[in-house]
Amino acid sequence: MRSRWSYVYFSFYLLLGAVLLFLNNDLSKAVITLMNVIIVLVPLIGTIFGVMYYYNSKEFTELLLAQPLKRSSIFLGQYLGVALSLTMSLILGLGIPFVFYGLFKSGAIWDFSLLLITGAFLTFIFTALAFNIALSNENKIKGFGYAILLWLFLAIIYDGLFLMSLILFEDYPLDKLSLAGTMLNPIDLSRTLILLKLDISALLGYTGAIFKKFFGTNFGLFISFFSLMIWVILPVSRIVIKSKKKDF
Amino acid sequence: MVIIQDLYKKFGKNHVLSGVDLTIDQPGIFAVLGPNGSGKTTLIKSILGMVIPNKGDIFVLGEHIRKSANYRHHIDYLPQIANFPGNLRVKELIKMIKDLRGNTLEDSKLIALFKLSPFLDKKLSTLSGGTKQKVNIVLTFMFDSPLIILDEPTTGLDPISLIRLKELLQEAKSKGKTILITSHIMSFVEEVSDEIVFLLEGKIYFKGSISDLRSQTKQPNFEHAIASILTDNHA
Repeated sequence: MRSRWSYVYFSFYLLLGAVLLFLNNDLSKAVITLMNVIIVLVPLIGTIFGVMYYYNSKEFTELLLAQPLKRSSIFLGQYLGVALSLTMSLILGLGIPFVFYGLFKSGAIWDFSLLLITGAFLTFIFTALAFNIALSNENKIKGFGYAILLWLFLAIIYDGLFLMSLILFEDYPLDKLSLAGTMLNPIDLSRTLILLKLDISALLGYTGAIFKKFFGTNFGLFISFFSLMIWVILPVSRIVIKSKKKDF
Repeated sequence: MVIIQDLYKKFGKNHVLSGVDLTIDQPGIFAVLGPNGSGKTTLIKSILGMVIPNKGDIFVLGEHIRKSANYRHHIDYLPQIANFPGNLRVKELIKMIKDLRGNTLEDSKLIALFKLSPFLDKKLSTLSGGTKQKVNIVLTFMFDSPLIILDEPTTGLDPISLIRLKELLQEAKSKGKTILITSHIMSFVEEVSDEIVFLLEGKIYFKGSISDLRSQTKQPNFEHAIASILTDNHA
């Protein structure tokens, strides 16, 4: 990766991690703050970088297409290049200050690694979605617009709709519905996973108890990771299919 | 070499190619001609697999192009507009293409031929159009493939480079290669090509040698022969 931006991203996390630790003086509290940042920021950065990279490397892609390379390997290579470098920035940038602070000796290590794993998942998911949007839109401005809208929808609007529907149908038993609703949005899913892992589900009230019952078990954890996997696999396979049919 | 059967391609409602059949089986220089928007570049990009046709089959060296990407090892392609990634240096670009396609020693000879050595450490975004085209030519000719496809190779070239390009073409021809060229410079086409393929409204209107074309249109001069096809068809 010869992108300057991934270094900026890396140093941003390095700084963020260090400052949080300095201010909080407590690992698990820092993890909670970090979660709030990661849940919103990682998808945004993944989306923007994905779209930007695709449009910027368009000429390069056309050059490669005339070479004896398979289309799927060209596009998957680009996707993995972006997603992996973003994930590396995230993991190293946050990992280094925490390791220096004595992460391995503390009990927060599992919480912290779950945080990094979901962060990595979110990066892969949103970069893949961004590539999908960019592949389907020749127009850069449109592509950027859709990408930002997608992020806005999944990060903010979805929650709003979700809450409204809960209020609207509050007379009915909603535990199944809210579980399903959480599963369908990777951002919500990651947030719930981390919150429950941190044992602060009391904050969520009654629903928290249901969630705890579901996500707290191994089965729930398995299902959650499974649905995160689906969120990666579906857009990636669409990248492959779409790129095979596209004219350049 | 190249067999194209019943090729159709449309972009939206615009039918660019409608039933092209073309067989090129002997070595030599073939010029693909036609007015703007007649589908020359689309035809070439279909051969390269960059444009996916709606219908039809293309075989290169006996192999169907949808089967694998390996047939592109046998094609050297010069794109119409040299759009290179701007943040790479010329040297890095050449090295990268070599990494992809295998090593070659021809590049240093070509760099000397086009006097590109002062530009090797420059970024591609800072080069002029003509210099970019020279880099483009070096990248195309540095491999020894049996099929060469050139899309508007003369764009932006100075007279000396144009002469060098013609020499390169003659050298490639004498090695028994098949060369496909598109160009709007009729004098260039007349000078280098053995046979022409004339595309009009997505179909092949004429295929044959320049003297055939002259006798068919009853025009003494090649440029007028082409113009007479165009005016007869109000294209």
